[in-house]
Amino acid sequence: MLIFNYSKAGRKTGSQSPNVSADTLLKSLPANSLRKSKLLLPEVSELEVVRHYTSLSKKNFSIDTHFYPLGSCTMKYNPRICNELAMLPGFLNHHPYAPLQFSQGLLQSLYELQEMLKEVSGMQGISLTPMAGAQGEFAGVAMIQAYHAARGDTQRKVILVPDAAHGTNPATAMMCGYQVKEIPTAEDGDVDIQALQAALGPDIAGIMLTNPSTLGVFERHIHEIADLVHQAGGLLYYDGANMNAILGKVRPGDMGFDVIHMNLHKTFSTPHGGGGPGAGAVGVGERLLPYLPVPVIGCNTDNQYYWMTEQEIPSSIGRLSGFMGNVGVLIRAYIYMRLLGRAGMPRIAEFASLNANYLQAKLKQLGFDMAYPKRRAGHEFVLTLKRQAKTCGVNAMAFAKRLLDKGFHAPTTYFPLLVPECLLIEPTETESKGELDRFLEAMAEILHEAETNAELVLGAPYSMPVQRLDDVRAAKELDLVWKAD
Amino acid sequence: MPYIPHTEEEISSMLSAIGIKQLDQLFDEIPKKLRIKTIDAIPEAVSEMALRRTMQVRANQDGSPLCFIGAGAYEHHIPSAVWQIASRGEFYSAYTPYQAEASQGTLQLIYEYQTMMAGLMAMDISNASLYDGASALAEAVLMAIRANRKCKTRRVLVAGTVNPVYRACINAIVKNQQIELIELPYCTEAGNSLAGSLKQHESQEFAALVIQQPNFFGCLENVDELTDWAHQQNALMIAAVNPLLMAALKPPGEWGQNGADIACGDGQPLGAPLSCGGPYYGFMCCKNEIVRQMPGRIVGRTQDINGHEGFVLTLQAREQHIRRSKATSNICTNQGLVVTASAIYMAIMGPEGLRRIAAQCYANRNALIQAVGSLKGVEVVFTSPGFHECVLRLNKPVEDVMAVFYAQGILPGYNLKKDYPELGEALLVCVTETKTDDDIELYKNTLQQALA
Amino acid sequence: MTMIPDDLRYTKDHEWVREEGDGEYTVGITDHAQSALGDLVFVELPEVGAEVEAGVACCVVESVKAASDVYSPLSGEVTEINDALVESPELGNSDPYTEGWLFRLRSDDTEALDALLDFDEYVDLLAAEED
Repeated sequence: MLIFNYSKAGRKTGSQSPNVSADTLLKSLPANSLRKSKLLLPEVSELEVVRHYTSLSKKNFSIDTHFYPLGSCTMKYNPRICNELAMLPGFLNHHPYAPLQFSQGLLQSLYELQEMLKEVSGMQGISLTPMAGAQGEFAGVAMIQAYHAARGDTQRKVILVPDAAHGTNPATAMMCGYQVKEIPTAEDGDVDIQALQAALGPDIAGIMLTNPSTLGVFERHIHEIADLVHQAGGLLYYDGANMNAILGKVRPGDMGFDVIHMNLHKTFSTPHGGGGPGAGAVGVGERLLPYLPVPVIGCNTDNQYYWMTEQEIPSSIGRLSGFMGNVGVLIRAYIYMRLLGRAGMPRIAEFASLNANYLQAKLKQLGFDMAYPKRRAGHEFVLTLKRQAKTCGVNAMAFAKRLLDKGFHAPTTYFPLLVPECLLIEPTETESKGELDRFLEAMAEILHEAETNAELVLGAPYSMPVQRLDDVRAAKELDLVWKAD
Repeated sequence: MPYIPHTEEEISSMLSAIGIKQLDQLFDEIPKKLRIKTIDAIPEAVSEMALRRTMQVRANQDGSPLCFIGAGAYEHHIPSAVWQIASRGEFYSAYTPYQAEASQGTLQLIYEYQTMMAGLMAMDISNASLYDGASALAEAVLMAIRANRKCKTRRVLVAGTVNPVYRACINAIVKNQQIELIELPYCTEAGNSLAGSLKQHESQEFAALVIQQPNFFGCLENVDELTDWAHQQNALMIAAVNPLLMAALKPPGEWGQNGADIACGDGQPLGAPLSCGGPYYGFMCCKNEIVRQMPGRIVGRTQDINGHEGFVLTLQAREQHIRRSKATSNICTNQGLVVTASAIYMAIMGPEGLRRIAAQCYANRNALIQAVGSLKGVEVVFTSPGFHECVLRLNKPVEDVMAVFYAQGILPGYNLKKDYPELGEALLVCVTETKTDDDIELYKNTLQQALA
Repeated sequence: MTMIPDDLRYTKDHEWVREEGDGEYTVGITDHAQSALGDLVFVELPEVGAEVEAGVACCVVESVKAASDVYSPLSGEVTEINDALVESPELGNSDPYTEGWLFRLRSDDTEALDALLDFDEYVDLLAAEED
């Protein structure tokens, strides 16, 4: 049932809106400025709304209900206290243009968040405004562009991206007006240094890297890469998608990166909310400080916190949002970081890696193939079902769907693109050994099913609210908006 | 260890399964010289109990001033049910619904949201959300340039009455793609775009015209005339609107002869608290013909193998994870949870509820104009009817007047001097349905006192 | 098994070219290409009269999980497009070499024509990619 199916024309549910006659009040407006058509919103009671959306919520897998080993997404526990405190009325009712004397409590928290992010990233300056990872990437590449432009170095038209990169990397480079050149991955999972050397030249503006990479392994030649790119006059961009693997152990700034973004909705455990909102704070080294997107939070000598705008940062790449990004998300990240504290940060990396390497070792024992079996996993690893796809006809998608029946959210499938039939598995630090062992049992069961009863796996899932959905029909016979009959 | 469940025994058994002795060996592929010893600038951990107290102090420290500021973020009543339901763990802690069978709740909700938003805008199609109103408008400009095949230039006309931060944001996002933004002047009497100024642009080709309704001053634009003119020039019409008000005002799909081509804006008025500027969400709707140029996720209804109704992310070949450098946008994560709240908000309010809120906002704005318009030293600057906001010109420096209000715990509005210096000592004041007659009376008295 | 007619010419990007005489050529994607893409859901073709350049993208074919540019094998002018394919993209899956053609062009681009693969070369290419 859709919410519209509960609708009854003329139902008066007015308790949540002013008790007025809209017709009377609007009468003084010119008739041609008013809406004439009927507005298709449901006419339902508050109870019907609550019941409908509560029942819809039950059709979701979520961290609160299921193990969610979705590679590259860092689906860890979102502490409830972060939500509660971020929703204190003082924060919720705060207008973004409230003057400074009514904003010190909030600004102090954001300022301290900037300082903490500086420390864990090893960068010189932070801007919190980007509203998600991809917008952080945009800010980062736009700063690289501004840096070269300010030096009159205008022939740099290309951004290098490894073939294993997230799709957002090449898409971002294009939005910033760059061409994209892909760098292949070597057999051991590291960047192919020779190919990189061959690609470098006076036309290269920079390179975008994730480390550990999307293949789950730490780029061991990062220093060499940084030297090579810098010698060629390019800058290095760090995609912070996998920062959970190295938090408090090693810092992008120390690796030689000039600019980074951090996904606060991954590493710092703000909720994913079924697709967002996220927060993609950017950090920069000294060279890019003049270009940070505004506003940035400043603190003057009287310990007064204030907004730094185009006035203080005149070469800023500008504004990426109407106000100051996703402040409510930033507060959640701040609370999370304070709860974990200095000792808690490296523990995240340690236990995220412990869980990933444990799963990798055990899955190997169960007879699964790893894409990079000789490498240490970061906080995630790539498993390939190429062999099973050939021998039993059970591909990665079928495997993933069957996991749903066993009560586990599927890992990321078919990414990174260069590993055939792959699952990218990221357990995160907040899962217990018991839960990991149950997942291993399920994986063993599915492998057995694939070998003995492939049809069973191929038809999965069976226990969800719907069975396998027809994507082709969805794309061909577009039905994006419900219409009353 | 906060949120880490491992016992000592489990740790050692896991280490031995991996074939190492210590946790630190997990990092043995990282070059030694890169490893850090300390992160001193991170404070020691605090307990949940202690942090609750700290944050309560900070939240209270900022007080609860009576707010008459709008300028892109509007205070509205939000029913309790909205965020209580949206905060359910199944919505709050779910990922993007890539695994459709395990995400039917979120997917169906987005489909319902798309229907509601497309309905409000009277447009064919809505996406699942972008970041916020400002960045959505920038995406709309990029989309229009892709979609307008008749136009060979990358020139876009933007009304000077569009929120100045939105204009700055468009510029920041599109400037590296050789797109030229041309500002359209406004009528200093009526407070909306000057139709007479369009003539001079008729010889130039441009890809789109951007108009905001109501505009940044709260005034209504002559949307029919502007839309038809844009279409005569083979330009696409981009409408940036306050979605809540479309329950009362003519929606973009009905502007002029053929309707706007793209409608976008900030979804904040529909259930998102002020929250210091975010998270809000950007919405975007368009005509059927250009859906493949739409940025962001879109949910479609389909069937499972048994013919049962179900929902999936569709038209994904537009998106970065498939199309990579040729995607319509780099956007991945959007503002899903705020959209969840917004769908619940719209369902609770219904068509009549939204219309009443819009009507009350209109009435309250008029009441404020009535109350302060006759005060000595106050001039209501623009004559065009409008919603939410109005511009007052004062006979004293705006900053001095604002200080008087601050001392009484009132935020009197947005100072327009930086963005529109030609308006003089001008203040943009906002009243929504949350303001009572007493609030308006208090505003009047305080203003009188400040100007005395 | 992938179907490869022996009377067509091919590109490395898995397009086929059929010589129609009088300097006219028909272009489509190969059976291998359609099978790698999966169920086609959308096809975007050039406009009739458009000048296309050898090696430059001029069409898009989309499945649910992938989107691929089609590069014109030859330089020339588009003389006809397959409207039936736009209506029913699945023709590209069921009949890639007949009903599923993409566009026709007029070309005197002998250099590009000579560089196209013949049957044997395309078979070898597929075998090499298989490894």
